[in-house]
Amino acid sequence: MNFLRTTLAAAALALASAGVLIAPAHAAGGETKPPAYDWTFNGPFGTFDRAQLQRGYKVYREVCSACHAMSLVRFRNLSQPGGPEFSEAQIRALAAEFKIQDGPNEQGEMFERPGRPADAFPKPFPNEQAARAANNGAYPYDLSVMAKARNYERGFPLFLLDILTQYQEGGPDYIKALLTGYEDPPAGVELQPGQNWNKYKPGNIFSMPNVLNDGQVEYPKGVDGKPQVPETARQYAADVTTFLMWAAEPHMEARKRIGFQTLVFLILFAGLLYFTKKKIWGRLPDHAPSGAH
Amino acid sequence: MSGQSTYVPKWGIAKWMDSRLPLPRLVYDSFIAYPTPRNLNYMWTFGGILSLMLVVQIVTGVVLAMHYTPNATMAFNSVESIMRDVEYGWLMRYLHSNGASFFFIAVYLHMFRSLYYGSYKAPREVLWILGVILFLLMMATAFMGYVLPWGQMSFWGATVITNLFSAFPIVGETIVTFLWGGYSVDNPTLNRFFSLHFLLPFMIAGVTILHVWALHVTGQNNPTGVEVKSYAKDTVPFTPYATVKDSFAMVAFLAVYAYFVFYIPNYLGHADNYIQANPAVTPAHIVPEWYFLPFYAILRAVPDKLGGVLLMFAAIAVLAILPWLDTSKVRSMSYRPLARQCFWAFCVTSVMLGWLGSRPAEGIYVTLSQVFTALYFAYFLIALPLLGLFETPKKLPGSIAESVLGKSAGGSGAMVGAAAASEPNTKG
Repeated sequence: MNFLRTTLAAAALALASAGVLIAPAHAAGGETKPPAYDWTFNGPFGTFDRAQLQRGYKVYREVCSACHAMSLVRFRNLSQPGGPEFSEAQIRALAAEFKIQDGPNEQGEMFERPGRPADAFPKPFPNEQAARAANNGAYPYDLSVMAKARNYERGFPLFLLDILTQYQEGGPDYIKALLTGYEDPPAGVELQPGQNWNKYKPGNIFSMPNVLNDGQVEYPKGVDGKPQVPETARQYAADVTTFLMWAAEPHMEARKRIGFQTLVFLILFAGLLYFTKKKIWGRLPDHAPSGAH
Repeated sequence: MSGQSTYVPKWGIAKWMDSRLPLPRLVYDSFIAYPTPRNLNYMWTFGGILSLMLVVQIVTGVVLAMHYTPNATMAFNSVESIMRDVEYGWLMRYLHSNGASFFFIAVYLHMFRSLYYGSYKAPREVLWILGVILFLLMMATAFMGYVLPWGQMSFWGATVITNLFSAFPIVGETIVTFLWGGYSVDNPTLNRFFSLHFLLPFMIAGVTILHVWALHVTGQNNPTGVEVKSYAKDTVPFTPYATVKDSFAMVAFLAVYAYFVFYIPNYLGHADNYIQANPAVTPAHIVPEWYFLPFYAILRAVPDKLGGVLLMFAAIAVLAILPWLDTSKVRSMSYRPLARQCFWAFCVTSVMLGWLGSRPAEGIYVTLSQVFTALYFAYFLIALPLLGLFETPKKLPGSIAESVLGKSAGGSGAMVGAAAASEPNTKG
């Protein structure tokens, strides 16, 4: 009993101290907590929906990429397993649609050439200053790891339960909520030019305007000539957020798959060792009063 | 507990080696014949787990170092390149970053075990102090490792912690400049932290050898705290008994570790560290990794900067003199009813300090930090010195064997401490 209690208490201590670190990435008051969304990549067997990633890329390309770079993602990544899985031919054609600056050539001059699969997504602005100058002084962040660079505070005891439920989607939930969280400011709040009111943004004042509107991005049509998913701002937000999650964690599917195999192995191995241990310790003349061995 | 070596070389080559460099004898005496108390519970498996974690950290760390670039403009992207382009780089990196946390989980449980069962008391003071040194080295290594990805928390954590040294009068600023290699946390800081982060684990390995050596001289403590009286009755040989039990514990520990690595790899991290370091933007809250939070709370409990720094270092230094603060001759808290309650209060205090370390240093949190900081020190400086003088301990079992066999003898162990009596030696 005492041993059990000691161990349990020790575990609780470790768990509690381990969990306490979930400190707020954004703790400024006033914002609403983002709702948890039913992502396809939730949980231990979650995967990305290829079609959704492809749509998400289309939203990024047609909307987000006007201001936001994704300089860590390369065109070839779009054809890798576990991602949007465009075909290699599609990627070659896609990359060639972009002009990439290269050089210097033998004359010492920079030149432009069609993109290749190995190229990173081109940046919309040459540097941060140019980006700020074009955006009212606000800097549109690189989106490469954005889905992991945002979070919101879960609070006690949710942050402990998150260990068991494997809730890891604080970033995507926040981003999706943010993209659809624009509202008119409450009465009495005067917004400056370049400011927007977003109920999920900490402090509510957001430099980024609402960019997703219903019908703005054309989605692939089914055989009946209608889009397979609704062309709504909500759908765009979910799709592009999924794309951002993949971009931030391109090996997530492999990670979860290998994780399952590893855990099955470790648990079986631990079980075998446990019974081996019982057998070996059972050899001791435990209950012999002499204790001789 | 080292005693006489019972190693008998069987083969010619073993005899040849034994008379020149008795390495096989050392291994035999340390990991095969070494007598371990038969009543050890699973809290005694964390030493082996810690050795395993050190190996995991060194192996993954060396691989990561092959791909990492310690340069302020390239470090962040080189880590991302490991995550994206290096074959199984994501695995190496998540193993390493979560490995640090699990190293600390294991070391805290290991220390918790020592505190509960009085493993720091004579004749194990040197063993314990070596452990405190290992803890300090681990903290330094982990701190510098967290700086390497060069995210926002890396940068600002490094800024806050290195700035602490500026609190010291006269030499403070010089020390800080020396640590930074300049006048702010910048490329030279990152470079030297990388170098030291590579060096310190090998110092940990070296001190670990001393730690194990000291352990093998004094022998292990055990849940009763009663020393081994008869090797034949009180102990079992390390192999196979401890070997198989440690193996089971290691694999079980690895399973929990793997769960984090593969399913919630960023749970123990901080989202802000996926934002590249930016000296111009301070994060809303600068929070250290979870394993530093109790000490961070102690630091911020004191309004005076130098006072906070001194108190934080004192919180660790007090551990080093613990063997002389605890006046009780009885080791195990199982036989010390009052001290045991104080011990659990101390555990709660540590968790509360951890929670407070994650809160902003304002309002009620500061007051609570001060209260729990006082309680933290009260355990070491008031409770343990005084309780040893006033407390009446329960009756100790006559020997380890008696504590184990008392239960099977059917109630004859009624006077024996409840804890030991309820532990059948199959848990040994």
